[in-house]
Amino acid sequence: MILNASGCLDALEAPEVARALDAFVTKTVTPQPREGNRPVRIAETEAGMLNSIGLENPGIEGLLSDKLPRLAELGVPLWVSVGGFSASDYADLCAVLDGRAEVATIELNLSCPNVEEAPESAAEIVTAARTRTAKPLYAKLSPAASDLPETARAVQAAGADGLSLVNTIRGLALDERTLQPRLGHELGGYSGPALKPIALAAVYQCYRATGLPIVGMGGITTGLDALEFMAAGARAVALGTVLFADPQAPGRIRRELAEELAARDLADAEEVCGLSHRAGPVRVA
Amino acid sequence: MRRSERLRVLANEPLGPYALVRVERGSLDPGIPGQFFMLEAPGRPLPRPMSLCQAPPGELAFLLEAVGPGTRALAATEPGDELNVYGPLGNGYRLEVERPLLVGGGIGVAPLPYLSQRLGAPPALLGFRSDWHAEAAALVPNAEVVVEPILVTEQLTDFVRDAHKVMACGPEPMLEAVRAIAPDAQLAWEAPMACGYGACYGCSVEIDGVLQRLCIAGPVLEQNGGTHGSPVGPLLYTTRRRADSWAPAGQSPATPVDATSRPSRGSRE
Repeated sequence: MILNASGCLDALEAPEVARALDAFVTKTVTPQPREGNRPVRIAETEAGMLNSIGLENPGIEGLLSDKLPRLAELGVPLWVSVGGFSASDYADLCAVLDGRAEVATIELNLSCPNVEEAPESAAEIVTAARTRTAKPLYAKLSPAASDLPETARAVQAAGADGLSLVNTIRGLALDERTLQPRLGHELGGYSGPALKPIALAAVYQCYRATGLPIVGMGGITTGLDALEFMAAGARAVALGTVLFADPQAPGRIRRELAEELAARDLADAEEVCGLSHRAGPVRVA
Repeated sequence: MRRSERLRVLANEPLGPYALVRVERGSLDPGIPGQFFMLEAPGRPLPRPMSLCQAPPGELAFLLEAVGPGTRALAATEPGDELNVYGPLGNGYRLEVERPLLVGGGIGVAPLPYLSQRLGAPPALLGFRSDWHAEAAALVPNAEVVVEPILVTEQLTDFVRDAHKVMACGPEPMLEAVRAIAPDAQLAWEAPMACGYGACYGCSVEIDGVLQRLCIAGPVLEQNGGTHGSPVGPLLYTTRRRADSWAPAGQSPATPVDATSRPSRGSRE
């Protein structure tokens, strides 16, 4: 199963890209509209990119009244990513979305590196959200957590149905001439190929710690990358930065993944999930 | 209709400090002058937005200035290399103009050859940093060329008095100066851009008081009413480091970019 990472695709601007996915994840929506951070908002680096978009979004009302009906027409299952500045923000958003049949899953963005965090812990936010919706809840966590498996166990105990791993990790890029930060917001979230080993470790550890379904993401650019995330424990993968460079990435990576599975005599993604944790090497046919 | 294709580089010709990179057209539509394409920058994570410079039969040609790792990689491509090319993207110039005057500064000359071709070689006013840079003026017929310290805006007033309608591309200070003289000018702007198709929100700029993605609302904007139905308006944003970090003198629309580049002119990484 291939999704987009939240904030890495506008399905209404590029419906053909969204339709190539198994589910579309919205950009994070907050209770109130947000303009986001001032420019400059992105900076490419050697092995990835930094962003400091700052959760630009139309607010929950804008999403519900304008975008959600049009997104539903795409015919792709919808995951709505929600963000807030307190546990009650998340809970209120979940309560509103709980009544919308178009929404398949709610992803709790607990780890945006570009805005202030809610004071509550991830587990407290999941607890608050859980009481307000029966829809599947995925907790999106940062790889920078000091004890990620512990956090994963805590959100599981709080009622999360799955994990989205990982969000970007904070980074800085300097202008080579002025030695000043290249981003208007100075620090940003780092994504792209450099994030892959970090994300793989997060998936590997959290699979072992919780056994929860995991959407793995972080630097996936090929079918082999996707296969590795699944072997580490991901049930699904999400594409982020690669979508910027290659709008046809969903179809390409799907094809490449099928080839990688066939080359190893593996039947399907189900058989691969968690394979790295089981004994015995996989032979390439 | 925008598409993505892997296309072969046919030629890479130096033109003053610039490179004119010609790739096969494949099945891509050349689009409207002022629209841009995302070009794979070999070895870099992100593509670079470049406005189309020329559209000879079977080819797409892009003029770029090597100002950062991405444009350096593109400037180093050789015939036979293959690049992923995605486009055309964004909104180009509104072509129904009675007495067009093309105005370009530096690498901002990039979209003007194709624009000139589509409009039947109207008069053009081009400004460059040096005689070396001014070699790019050879791409635009019927052009008057000035070299610093003379600025294009010094010549502009007479044309505007003469009822010419300005279609411009160039560094932001030039566009601001052009707009002061010709408020109804169609101007091609730039902002850092990772994707070019509305996915990354990296190029959001303030247009008519509202943050909008320049890749969708622009890159060509005019004062009253949008080009091709997109919202438009004046005013990009200001950023405190803009002059240093993003607007290498005279990059322009079409070659926007680097690093996330901006669609339209080059940028500095």
